[in-house]
Amino acid sequence: MSDAITMPGAAASSNTPVFLDLAGKHHPENGTLLGFWIYLMSDCLIFACLFAAYGVLGRSYAAGPSGAELFDLPLVAVNTGLLLFSSITYGIAMIAMQARSKRGVLVWLAITGLLGAGFIGLELYEFSHLIHEGAGPQRSAFLTAFFALVGTHGLHVSFGIIWLLVLMSQVGRHGLTAANQRRLFCLSMFWHFLDVVWIGVFTFVYLMGVLP
Amino acid sequence: MSDLHPHGTDAGHPHPSSVHDAHDAHDAPHLHVSLRGYATGFLLSVLLTAIPFWLVMAKVLPNSNTTALVVLGFAVVQIVVHMVYFLHLDAKSEGGWNMLALIFTVILVVIMLAGSLWVMHHLNSNMMPMSPHEIRNLP
Repeated sequence: MSDAITMPGAAASSNTPVFLDLAGKHHPENGTLLGFWIYLMSDCLIFACLFAAYGVLGRSYAAGPSGAELFDLPLVAVNTGLLLFSSITYGIAMIAMQARSKRGVLVWLAITGLLGAGFIGLELYEFSHLIHEGAGPQRSAFLTAFFALVGTHGLHVSFGIIWLLVLMSQVGRHGLTAANQRRLFCLSMFWHFLDVVWIGVFTFVYLMGVLP
Repeated sequence: MSDLHPHGTDAGHPHPSSVHDAHDAHDAPHLHVSLRGYATGFLLSVLLTAIPFWLVMAKVLPNSNTTALVVLGFAVVQIVVHMVYFLHLDAKSEGGWNMLALIFTVILVVIMLAGSLWVMHHLNSNMMPMSPHEIRNLP
């Protein structure tokens, strides 16, 4: 009890409040980015489930066409290249953001969006081609799993493009404010994450699918 | 305690600007990205993408199981490259919580993927064999 009385007295006499952890070293520097990262990890689990479904069903052709007969690897290579280029162009947009160049950010975001749109366009062409050949999602368990996995990735990229367009108008209207920078960082993580998922898709689905 | 409180708040106010600055720093993430890092990641990715495509399309390796393993290995390396150079992940980002969340997710994914493939493979191999003709005439 005597301790409890003397300690505040000592603090009052020195008259300087003691702030612990001023540098914020023991807290995440930015709650938003950590939260977004945890969202991405949960998204990762969704994709893992779809990968598992494809891993289990990927050779169940039901006497239908196999991956080796259906997949057009040069097309997949072009698609992979588009997504990879969109990753580096987004990176250049982030560098432009760091240099406070609003115009640079907008230009490189637009290029990123166009590359993403090209990716979606080629994927839609591939899907329509498959369905036209009678290899739609209802043909076999393999094709169901294929359309579910690749389609989910495509949907993510589509929503990423919508987000990118919204962000471009935000940056165009309000400039590179702190809030917009935070949003650009989040979209950057989302976009690069989709590229990481695509590595799994082209390896596990396309490349390993055409192996005999 | 009650007569102490005004002292504390008075003393807390002399540096309102520094507190505000710290708050602004919270809003705008200041992560330093460099063209060099992105270029390195991009070149490595191109290499790590082109080699697996070449291996499969040119049928370089005679055994398809070996090819599958090699291609998977390249994918794992490329995922790490993307994480480091594009997602800027290291043990220190967000005070280590990013890495912790990633490790947790990877453990879950490995358990889920390996478990599913293992269980379903055994289930498949215990099924009655079926010829393509029988499959075609399923009800």
